[in-house]
Amino acid sequence: MTDYEAVIGIETHVELMTDSKMFCGCPVIFGEPPNTTTCPVCLGLPGAMPVPNAKAMEGILKIGTALDCEVAEISYFHRKNYFYPDLPKNYQISQYDVPICHDGSIAIDVDGAPTMIGITRVHMEEDTGKSIHMGGGGRIHDAEYSLLDFNRSGVPLVEIVTEPDIRSADQARAYGAELQRIVRTLGVSDARLEEGSMRFDANISIRPVGQEELGIRAEVKNVNSLRSLQRAVAFEIERQIAHVEAGGTVVQETRHWNEESGKTTSMRSKEESEDYRYFQEPDLVPIEVSAQWRDAIVAGLPELPAAQRARYEALGVDNRVAGVLTSTEGIGELFEEAMEAGGDARLIGNWLSGEVVAWTRNENKAVAEAHLEAAHLVELAGLVADSTLSASAAKQVLGGVLAGEGTPTEVAEARDLVQISDSSVIEAEVDAVLAAQPDAVASIAGGDMKPIGFLVGQVMRATGGKADPKQVSDMIRAKTTS
Amino acid sequence: MSDPADLTISEAGAAMRAGALTSVDLTEAVLQRARVTESELHAFLTLDQAGAKSAAEAADASLAAGDDAGPLHGIPIALKDNMCTKGIETTAASQILSGWVPPYNATVVDRLAAAGAVVVGKTNLDEFAMGSSTENSAYGTTRNPWDTDTVPGGSSGGSAAAVAAGSAMGGFGSDTGGSIRQPAALCGVVGLKPTYGLVSRYGLIAFASSLDQIGPFARSVDDAVVLLEAIAGFDIHDATSIRGEVPNFRGSLNEGVAGLKIGIVTELSTTGIDPEVKAAVSRTVDRLSDAGADVVDVSLPSCEYGLSAYYLIAPAECSANLARFDGVRFGHRAEGLTTEDMMAATRAEGFGPEVIRRILLGTYALSAGYYDAFYGQAQRVRTLIRRQFSAAYEDVDILVSPTSPTTAFPIGDRTADPIAMYYADVCTIPVNLTGDPGISVPVGLDSKGLPIGFQLMAPALGEERLLQVAKVVEDQAVFTDRAALATSEVAS
Repeated sequence: MTDYEAVIGIETHVELMTDSKMFCGCPVIFGEPPNTTTCPVCLGLPGAMPVPNAKAMEGILKIGTALDCEVAEISYFHRKNYFYPDLPKNYQISQYDVPICHDGSIAIDVDGAPTMIGITRVHMEEDTGKSIHMGGGGRIHDAEYSLLDFNRSGVPLVEIVTEPDIRSADQARAYGAELQRIVRTLGVSDARLEEGSMRFDANISIRPVGQEELGIRAEVKNVNSLRSLQRAVAFEIERQIAHVEAGGTVVQETRHWNEESGKTTSMRSKEESEDYRYFQEPDLVPIEVSAQWRDAIVAGLPELPAAQRARYEALGVDNRVAGVLTSTEGIGELFEEAMEAGGDARLIGNWLSGEVVAWTRNENKAVAEAHLEAAHLVELAGLVADSTLSASAAKQVLGGVLAGEGTPTEVAEARDLVQISDSSVIEAEVDAVLAAQPDAVASIAGGDMKPIGFLVGQVMRATGGKADPKQVSDMIRAKTTS
Repeated sequence: MSDPADLTISEAGAAMRAGALTSVDLTEAVLQRARVTESELHAFLTLDQAGAKSAAEAADASLAAGDDAGPLHGIPIALKDNMCTKGIETTAASQILSGWVPPYNATVVDRLAAAGAVVVGKTNLDEFAMGSSTENSAYGTTRNPWDTDTVPGGSSGGSAAAVAAGSAMGGFGSDTGGSIRQPAALCGVVGLKPTYGLVSRYGLIAFASSLDQIGPFARSVDDAVVLLEAIAGFDIHDATSIRGEVPNFRGSLNEGVAGLKIGIVTELSTTGIDPEVKAAVSRTVDRLSDAGADVVDVSLPSCEYGLSAYYLIAPAECSANLARFDGVRFGHRAEGLTTEDMMAATRAEGFGPEVIRRILLGTYALSAGYYDAFYGQAQRVRTLIRRQFSAAYEDVDILVSPTSPTTAFPIGDRTADPIAMYYADVCTIPVNLTGDPGISVPVGLDSKGLPIGFQLMAPALGEERLLQVAKVVEDQAVFTDRAALATSEVAS
């Protein structure tokens, strides 16, 4: 049986959250009534002309620089010609042979195996409007009629294209996640996959291991989350292998990922490949990036996720937690604040990536909506450090703080979770338990240490969880093995 | 001449400020001329009599209140119907835009309003400015006011004819390959194509974006200066417009030509030029020489490829520029079972044959596998022409040639032969390819009584020198004849 290797390249579109659109002054806001944030330019009315948005150019330069790209001193806008109802001019202003940024890379890490993914190009273009297909299944082929909303038309769109360096579904996901973290850290886009402000298209092919030549690729579209990116790529690799193993050949085509069925289906063959008749956009002048501008961009870059993760790990936070801290909205900021206030990195990192993230999911709320301040986390860590709270009690206290019950100290008292500091009280409970469990005590005395855990549990139950389990365990051990 | 419609802009302006004339009277005289001549001339697609009247009233009121907007204050002018006018139908003479009323003004329109000008109407053109005779209009041909059996030239034939006939004191056109200068020559008026980027194209319905430029028609060089001053200058809405101060256009207007070096472009002045046109050009050159200019022959061999390069670049750009006319958002919409069918049917019904021909040519020239041989090659020729012109300007101040190889030709004469029609632009195309300014000045009549135009060209932003020499050409030609339709017997 042949062993196959998957070869994957990803094209990502990121909408920049600038104040105004790429080529006109219309605001970039979402959720407005259809066709209300439009003007002659983004509607493609006769006579209207594009004027490039300097803030958007700054945004793409930040992305390109963060991806370690080379920046072209002079690059050009081109017209990409194709007819589609939601493309008002029936050409898209994009870039072609000279993109503004090129030849970069992004480092990913899957299960401790670091890999560099090459970035071929990062170029600037404008988004299209939206077609809304009415009737039928919501897709164009069975629609009764279609409506058009041009609010999105002309929103600055950055396209990021990788080299075919990705080899697995896990790597594809890791790439997508890291790119999303970088874009969010730069603050140039909210990069929300569900809302389409970040969109992935994956080009997937397979080849026998050891073969240099690339296989025929299929392009998978409609991938709306990191999880579906991973699932879609995994499915497509399996599908292609099974198809080839069964004697078939992979055809060049565009395939649609269906989230419900977990399958890709053929959308259209690329054999009648479209000729976009690119030519330089005569309504715009070349984009010139001065050394000065480039230097200012480099100087203004924030700490990128990879560097941030390394810094957190150096504080004692583990790799997975560092990943969550650098990729979850609002979490990183709380962590940073807590660190500044001298909190315990490991404990606070675990709470934020565990309990706090779980709370946002369960409550379907943002971190900012929780009644949680960095000072609370520092206080809570202090209560654990001085043995006022056990680790498990601390988690319960955190739940109370998140729910708005007060500061950690207030919640601990109100919920009666403060550890019993008086060892005579604990000793009395231990003695009572030992007296009630002579068989267990005998076993331990005979050298079988297993019942210790059981006895600790009994004492904890008797104290309502307020005893320090380590202290209880030590006490039992001393009393039964002397 | 007693009819105010026949005054120059400066004369009318002086009369208004002296209290001898009001904008309302002037506008009424111009509208009256239009009412009398339009049935024969058909210079206008929209004659906005009510709008013009109220604009004139407002101009009179503000002037009376001491609020003088300058030399165009209260002056009735005409706009080619490919410039967007908020609230006034704008069709580019195409069926596909029938009934379309723009929600915004072209920058030029706003600037003219700020200068106090009164818009009398929107003038006829070849559909989407594609043509050299105004016969390609979907709404009927404009006739030449000198001889209504002949064409007024094109594509800005309506504005040229209106200014020549007195149904506007000044007019505006767009020049992509000669569409201002050639009709100016055929109608016996002054027509100026400014430096590319000097006048904003925002709101001009694009034909070929790298070549299109708006400019004025006038009955004198002085008037052309006034009209240019009102519209020139950087516009934030046009990324290709030139930044910085607007140059002075009149600084050396009356300084003559003594000491200037003028080059006659051989390639544009010999082959295929009508002998009477050739003779008029040669007389004009002699007079410039008499006035103290040093006149030399200049050879620019690349000009021979100008027409071919132009007819690849302009159609290529138009194939994209006109893609937006698809029936989806505005204008004409045909029936179709699918969106693609609707778009195709809309375009097949809405565009005339010349527009379709150019879209097909341009689409082909940009296609994969053909790009290098056609569009790419045309761009290389363009670069070559640019280089030869700038090299020539190291030696001479101004280049000259005929504006058009012939005078006005009979209506219908060339409609069956697109190549013969394209040839009408052979002398005017080079400066569109270089982006330099060019002007046509009437210098006489041929034996049929039709006007002959003389073209002057200057390096980019060389309008001041260009107008200085044009003024001498005008003074010496003493071209005082008026179009038949403008003479008072016909007009009043």
